[in-house]
Amino acid sequence: MVEATGGRDLRLEHVTKRFGTFAAVDDLSLTIPSGSFFALLGPSGCGKTTTLRMVAGLEEPTAGTIHIGTDDVTYAKPYKRPVNTVFQSYALFPHLDIFENVAFGLRRRGAKQIKQEVEKALELVELGGLAKRKPAQLSGGQQQRVALARAIVNRPAVLLLDEPLGALDLKLRRQMQIELKRIQTEVGLTFVHVTHDQEEAMTMADTIAVMNSGHIEQLGNPTQLYESPNTAYVANFLGQSNLIRATVVGTSGDDLLLDVHGSRLAAPVSRRASGDKELLIGVRPEKIHLGAPDEVVPDNHNVLRDGVVTDASFTGVSTQYLVRLPWDQEVMVFVQNLGVGGVLVPGTKVSLSWNPAHTFALDGSEDALAGVQLEEPVSVG
Amino acid sequence: MAATTESLPARAKRPVSQRAGRWLSNNLIRIYAVFGFTYLFIPVGYTFVYSFNNSGKSNLNWRGFTTDKWANPCGAPDVCNALSNSLKIGLIATAVATVLGTMIAFALARHRFRGRTVTNLTIFLPMATPEVVLGASLLAFFLNVGVPLGFQTIVIAHIMFCISFVVVTVKARLASLDPRLEQAAMDLYADEWQTFRRITFPLVLPGIVAGALLAFSLSFDDFIITNFNSGDVNTFPKFVWVSSLRGIPAQANVIGSAMFFIALFAVLLGQAVTRRRRA
Ligand SMILES: Nc1ncnc2c1ncn2[C@@H]1O[C@H](COP(=O)(O)OP(=O)(O)OP(=O)(O)O)[C@@H](O)[C@H]1O
Ligand SMILES: [Mg+2]
Repeated sequence: MVEATGGRDLRLEHVTKRFGTFAAVDDLSLTIPSGSFFALLGPSGCGKTTTLRMVAGLEEPTAGTIHIGTDDVTYAKPYKRPVNTVFQSYALFPHLDIFENVAFGLRRRGAKQIKQEVEKALELVELGGLAKRKPAQLSGGQQQRVALARAIVNRPAVLLLDEPLGALDLKLRRQMQIELKRIQTEVGLTFVHVTHDQEEAMTMADTIAVMNSGHIEQLGNPTQLYESPNTAYVANFLGQSNLIRATVVGTSGDDLLLDVHGSRLAAPVSRRASGDKELLIGVRPEKIHLGAPDEVVPDNHNVLRDGVVTDASFTGVSTQYLVRLPWDQEVMVFVQNLGVGGVLVPGTKVSLSWNPAHTFALDGSEDALAGVQLEEPVSVG
Repeated sequence: MAATTESLPARAKRPVSQRAGRWLSNNLIRIYAVFGFTYLFIPVGYTFVYSFNNSGKSNLNWRGFTTDKWANPCGAPDVCNALSNSLKIGLIATAVATVLGTMIAFALARHRFRGRTVTNLTIFLPMATPEVVLGASLLAFFLNVGVPLGFQTIVIAHIMFCISFVVVTVKARLASLDPRLEQAAMDLYADEWQTFRRITFPLVLPGIVAGALLAFSLSFDDFIITNFNSGDVNTFPKFVWVSSLRGIPAQANVIGSAMFFIALFAVLLGQAVTRRRRA
């Protein structure tokens, strides 16, 4: 029996997968420590499923190697790997009932106490009463949970989850997120979780890798990725960012001194992702303070004046403002609803200020709109 | 006027022609179905009724009711010999065609090999070629090669055209099979053989069974190709054809009716089983 064992890191080295000339996964290197909850986050078509399929053995890499612990499994058969997959399309066996679907892996390995194990797994996903049904008689969300139970019941060293919660409603989704996280910590399996949903990735994962067209843009824990994105893509894909063009004019202590259309701003040297003189500096909308045009700001704070509110939308928790700066760039500002002051109407003149420590600096040659989702009005001047 | 219309059931006020029209439009499908089935079943009904005819040599005129022919279906000369030949040929041809056809279907659906397109086309040919042409060319072939006509040549001929139908049916079933199911099985520790046995085969089985049933009925029923290649071996369709010149004995009706009821029973049984399994 293949049991989860400690110290079996999943290691991908320079893995490339080409379909014809198109590289779905391009020179990807990645180490996923044993027992961690790892999220692969990225837009549709960026190669997440392909990466998982190579780990599962359902696709052969064009180049590179895959190790689990010290075993090279690059070319091992799928059934020889201590890996199970929750397929994006569920792939439940239509001719077997739910019980047999979940028992399938256990039976192939000649496990004992199949009945108890299966029942336990079905309880876990709250499908205890449906064991005798066929997959076609379940809703999409129920099928997804069967797929989950069918994989988890085997306690693999690495569990691959390809958007396992995509078909669930919000309530069940949150519940399953907590459940998944609990299972993961309880049994100490390595989870590789693929998702579109950045919030899901942030709340569940120890480590997130943001993928973009076949490669990893950045890898780190949720806080690192959010607070110190290395690329415009990550800055925009994970949450929202205001990216403003700036020129380095000098340094002062631990700060970079920057010129932004005549205003002097500062950013920590430690958060500079590029040695370039031309930078894109970023600040998250919730870090910005919206003040009166001539408001006195604390010493050393970054301040941009002569802004005009162009749009305000009240969301309850906060109000989301768009502020146009003199060089026609619109900046997004979230103001928490503390119950003081009303909502500013469009046309109001304002100043923007924030703590320099909350500024990150990216390479100036980057596309400031890379990775922007939906039609969020983030523009650059 | 308006008041009376409201107080009476609307139906009663309609003119007769309109009511008839409505009744017709409501029941058109049913009427059509009755006509259709009647048309289909008149020959079967006729065959069944005349299996009770107290006839002599010819079964053309009604001579009174008897169950003698049912009690002794082999009474007419050669009828049971022909029937048993047909059954044997049908079973052998079906078995061989189903096995070979299924393997060809898997090869065509799952593997890319040289000559795949050609094979696809060749498999299709026996279905597209007129039977007369097939029968005649097979005969010419057997004569040229020097194979004596008889039981074996009939079997060979039947296997040939049955294979096509099995391949087409099984291939269709395979095409609709989601490859991710097999991948999921492999991911769940099933090796190639177990994946085939537990997943692929059960899912393709309905296609194989359908192909086999089709093959058997095609073989049992075939007259033209058989007639060319049978030598002096008699099959049931050949027996009916030959005796129709002199008058078909009522035993042929008995066997025909019996086949019909066996087939009907098999279909009903099959449906009952699927329903039981679904529930
Ligand atoms: N078998 C294949 N042949 C050709 N191209 C493929 C194949 N499988 C995937 N691709 C391509 O590789 C790219 C990555 O596909 P993949 O399925 O890994 O995306 P994904 O990140 O999982 O997307 P999604 O979030 O939509 O599931 C896509 O552009 C896809 O079209
Ligand atoms: Mg995918």
